[in-house]
Amino acid sequence: MKAKIHVTLKQGILDPQGKAIEHALDSLGFKNAGNVRVGKYMEVDVEEKDKAKAEAQVKSMCEKLLANTIVEEYRYELG
Amino acid sequence: MKIGVVVFPGSNCDHDCQHIFKDVLGQYVEMIWHKETLLAGLDAIVLPGGFSYGDYLRTGAIARFSPVMGAVKEFAKKGGMVLGICNGFQILLEAGMLPGAMLRNRSLHFICKDVSVKVENAATSFTSAYESGQVLKIPIAHADGNYYTDPVTLAAMQANAQIVLRYCTPEGKVTQEANPNGSLDNIAGIINAEGNVLGMMPHPERCAEAVLGNDDGKMIFLSMLESLKGNKKQLKMVEA
Repeated sequence: MKAKIHVTLKQGILDPQGKAIEHALDSLGFKNAGNVRVGKYMEVDVEEKDKAKAEAQVKSMCEKLLANTIVEEYRYELG
Repeated sequence: MKIGVVVFPGSNCDHDCQHIFKDVLGQYVEMIWHKETLLAGLDAIVLPGGFSYGDYLRTGAIARFSPVMGAVKEFAKKGGMVLGICNGFQILLEAGMLPGAMLRNRSLHFICKDVSVKVENAATSFTSAYESGQVLKIPIAHADGNYYTDPVTLAAMQANAQIVLRYCTPEGKVTQEANPNGSLDNIAGIINAEGNVLGMMPHPERCAEAVLGNDDGKMIFLSMLESLKGNKKQLKMVEA
């Protein structure tokens, strides 16, 4: 099973990279673009046929290592 | 005293810390490879600066799972003194030994320069040789030093005098202009509630010798040694 994991800074926490990109988009004329958030995308193969078990594992991976939940949030798709 | 300096793959200030304790202050220093799991006979542990594990994923995120970190946590739990400098501070945060997390610098740049830092709490084991309110000139060198924690934790740390070092102007004023990286409340260094684990972004080991033009950082190490001597005295009294 493949897990596709996105990690981004929590809403409300300043994302300096997102802000820099936002300004660049603005100067390129994309005046209606805003609230840019930069994150990480990771793919992990999990050798597990049971979706519930795989999901529990991916959640644990995110909590323990892939995201720092003090400042980051994560979401994932499994398939 | 016997000081342990942990060496992670990618540490690069480990030998500077060794040099200060050994050559400048005449102590015994043991370099501890991160695969070690037993730490015996140490009086204090230093987690040095650098780029452990290439800073992959997040600074300190992988180093905190190094085999040695279990023993470092155990050492701290028993009251042992642990000093984390720069990447060492980031590792202490990721390991949950200090509250909060590091974000990318507000400017997005890697900043390497002398800054002014104010000693807000000179009553700790790491800062007792300074005067309260003393302003130090001390270098920083990091891309992720923008400290963050939630408002409740921040308030508790403020109430507990756990914010030990703050970025300031050369005159000692804590202002946003003097904040190099966007750090919350100008935080440059914090201590745990128990007072035996200190994390700081500035590099005292890079300014601990007058011959190099600046020894403002030396008192961090001297404070540690003084407090260790005090501890030893206390222990002897208890034993007697």
